[in-house]
Amino acid sequence: MESVWRIFAEAVGLILDWDSDLIEIIGLSLRVTLAAVAVSCAIGLPLGATVGAFRFPGRTAIIVLLNALMGLPPVVVGLIAYMMLSAAGPLGPLELLYTPAAMMIAQTILVTPIVAALSRQVVEDYYCEYAEQFASLGVGPFDRVTALLRDARYSLLTVALAGFGRAVAEVGAVIIVGGNINHATRVMTTAIALETSKGNLELALALGVVLLAIAVAVNGAAMTLRASAVRMAYA
Amino acid sequence: MAAPGAEAAAPSPALLSARGLCFDAGGKQLIDGIDIDIRPGRCMVVMGANGAGKSLLLRLLHGLIHPTAGEVLWQGRPLDRDGRYAQAMVFQRPVLLRRSVRANLRFALAVRGVSRQERAVREAEAIRRSRLGDLLNRPARVLSGGEQQRLAVVRALACAPGLLFLDEPTANLDPGSTHAIEQLVTKAHGSGVTIVLVTHDTGQARRLGDDLVFLHGGRVAEAGCVSTVLDAPRSEAARAWLEGRLYPAPQPAPKA
Repeated sequence: MESVWRIFAEAVGLILDWDSDLIEIIGLSLRVTLAAVAVSCAIGLPLGATVGAFRFPGRTAIIVLLNALMGLPPVVVGLIAYMMLSAAGPLGPLELLYTPAAMMIAQTILVTPIVAALSRQVVEDYYCEYAEQFASLGVGPFDRVTALLRDARYSLLTVALAGFGRAVAEVGAVIIVGGNINHATRVMTTAIALETSKGNLELALALGVVLLAIAVAVNGAAMTLRASAVRMAYA
Repeated sequence: MAAPGAEAAAPSPALLSARGLCFDAGGKQLIDGIDIDIRPGRCMVVMGANGAGKSLLLRLLHGLIHPTAGEVLWQGRPLDRDGRYAQAMVFQRPVLLRRSVRANLRFALAVRGVSRQERAVREAEAIRRSRLGDLLNRPARVLSGGEQQRLAVVRALACAPGLLFLDEPTANLDPGSTHAIEQLVTKAHGSGVTIVLVTHDTGQARRLGDDLVFLHGGRVAEAGCVSTVLDAPRSEAARAWLEGRLYPAPQPAPKA
């Protein structure tokens, strides 16, 4: 038990000392994850809103597919992304394998179905409420989607947060396409896995603490924003 | 079934007509062969018991749902997008966006394709009419029930409809808020807007209505001038209703 506290104290010391390796890993993690979440939202929110706000043949199949894709195994996504990005793959000429861009692509593949499926549910609930008024006003398809996305913005923030949580904590896919290369593609989760296997528990734990702190901070900020939106009757 | 407004010596062509309108769902005939002519500039009141088909009829006439048989004609032609754009509807529970009062007005005008310049004029007019000038930047959903319904009515009127459907707009309101809504409706009617109003309130029907259609079990039980129907109802359903007698709720007929 004493050694656990010693390791924890050393981990806190690393954070407080602003350890350069630690900062580099955290910075890359956030850059990759935020980029992946941004791209996923850019694709997933309009997609989810469209499926949620319209009735068309094949809609149920799309919903089933989106829901199923929410549970994509990260290592399978990593493997598919690897095959696409490797020299023999269709995206090989882009030479993205073992770069942060490859990790971002893998995370985007993982997170987009989550954003699309959850936003579909949110938007569908809003649309049920607005449908008759929109039909009465003659709201066109584009205005319908944009209006629903705007009005559901605080609920959709939670959706984006769920995507962020999935992406920042993911290790299987990014280690396959990123390679966990020091000073190049090492992110918090892959570093934790590596440092733990090396026995460098102080750095692993420090990264774990930061990862947890980020998750708590982002959740707290989102909840505060949503609570104020509910108070103001905007959510 | 005699069309309301038929008493006029030379009735103007109907603005909106229903011909043999039917709607069934779940094996029940909820609207059963309704024929109605709504003449321009009139205020038609639709009354009847719960489940008689009043709200359903409004939605069919406004094109929100499609009839299973029969048709709705706008100025003699099948109701299309242009006809829909010439109408507006206010629901019993106002559906307001999660935005400010002003943004709710702007949204309606924008989606109706009103030019920016014209939008400003109509927005100012709607604000003046609604007397919500002090609450423009407040979220619409924190307004009182009466204020929300007033906003819903002026939002509908800002779209400059030729025909306004009102589905029990004062059902949940106190007398003061009801008065404010009735003032808005009276003014709109006075300026030439045709009104179709669903209400359970005979006083309101007398104050606002020209013609009255009494529905019973998805059919027109009686139609005519408001005063004629309310003072001397011919149908048993209307008589029982107006005398406040208790009678079993009509069951929709099975689908033919």
